[in-house]
Amino acid sequence: MSDSTIRQHSDPHYEAELKELQSRILEMGGTVEKQIANAVAALVSRDDDLARATIERDHVVNRMDVEIDDLCIRLLALHQPTAKDLRLITTGLKITTDLERIGDMAVNLSERALELNQEPQLKPFIDIPRMADVAQAMLRQSLDAFVREDVELSLKVCRDDDIIDDINHQLFRELLSYMMEDPHTVSRAIRLLFVAKYLERIADHATNISEMVVFMVKGTSIRHLDRVPPSV
Amino acid sequence: MSNKLEVRQLNAWFGTTQALHDISLTIPDGAVTAIIGPSGCGKSTFIRCLNRMHEVVPGTRATGEVLLDGNNIYGSGVDPVQIRGKVGMVFQKPNPFPTMSISDNVTAGLRLNGERRTRGELATIVERSLRQAALWEEVKNNLNASGISLSGGQQQRLCIARALAVEPEVLLMDEPCSALDPIATTKIEALIHELKQEYTILIVTHSMQQAARVSDYTAFMYLGRLVEFGPTNKIFTTPENKETEDYITGRFG
Repeated sequence: MSDSTIRQHSDPHYEAELKELQSRILEMGGTVEKQIANAVAALVSRDDDLARATIERDHVVNRMDVEIDDLCIRLLALHQPTAKDLRLITTGLKITTDLERIGDMAVNLSERALELNQEPQLKPFIDIPRMADVAQAMLRQSLDAFVREDVELSLKVCRDDDIIDDINHQLFRELLSYMMEDPHTVSRAIRLLFVAKYLERIADHATNISEMVVFMVKGTSIRHLDRVPPSV
Repeated sequence: MSNKLEVRQLNAWFGTTQALHDISLTIPDGAVTAIIGPSGCGKSTFIRCLNRMHEVVPGTRATGEVLLDGNNIYGSGVDPVQIRGKVGMVFQKPNPFPTMSISDNVTAGLRLNGERRTRGELATIVERSLRQAALWEEVKNNLNASGISLSGGQQQRLCIARALAVEPEVLLMDEPCSALDPIATTKIEALIHELKQEYTILIVTHSMQQAARVSDYTAFMYLGRLVEFGPTNKIFTTPENKETEDYITGRFG
């Protein structure tokens, strides 16, 4: 946050709680990033233990979701926040929902990894790691944009969603051809399609977070537009 | 069509101290406008200039124009008493006349203006004003009781009824709820919602939540200047001005 330009609140306790909210959201974001990284690694390196450990750790993300919600509700009830503070808190409520869903995607990725690991690898992993890289970068940048109140970076994340969609379509066509050639590949190909779908969902959630950051900073909604605006 | 109330380059002084600097503002008709700002920013002085109450304090003066229906209330030959009949005021502390009954309190303004009314006409005005002030049901069997026998919240509604009895066009309220408990405050706020159908209302309040709840427009004043004016929803979610933002989020001073 550009703290230098923000005056101290006349109630230091409230100020501290707002700061805490921000750092709790970042902490949750970091945990979710790690979960996704582990799930993708478990898939690509066919590591059952890592997949199981990732599924096991989802409760940490869920707990953070509930705790941050509680903190937001307490701030709303006790301080009747306005303007920027109000936008931080309502954005916080929404961002944690998206982060929690991303956490669920890590669980789903790990489950598919465990299933895929029981059969020989269908094809070398090329597009999926690439898609995972872009989705993870989008998530990381959306959180960076949140901390730095960076509208430009938020808009970049929203635009990058197209890259994900392109890879997804390409992967769909490729896996379809595998399945048509050899029905024995169907169960694996379908699981890989699910994996692509999860990564695509992660990118969508990162886009949602970025859109909320724009609202938090500017007070304008850029959600549900046909096109990402060039600037806000 | 021009607005009911328009302020142009208003300046006001207490002796040599300037309390208001070049305030220009068009007050929206049939709506509630809240004036917020830290103590001493000129909120009360501003609304007191709108019915020529400012000049009641010795050593004060004001320049600029306050247009009521397009006519400057500071123009030559304007009778301040007549202006105060059109622009009514409710004060911070409920101040019913202690020696008068409830109904006499309501009609006090009419009698001070020297208006002659029949007993029947007065009774009609008393009932209409008390109904408008949402007090009628609570006092209709006790109209001869003393005004100060009522609770604080009722006394304030009695003062509102008194202000309404002279059929003003604009109602100025200077922190009307600061001496009231939350329930009485809610009643006054509900009343303000009702009254804005018929009156143009300005309310000075220290409670930002109250401004957010009751007003359609909010003006933020600081150091005698008008910093920002706009729809209340906008001021409280996305104010344009940094000082407004700092004030409403509690980061001031």
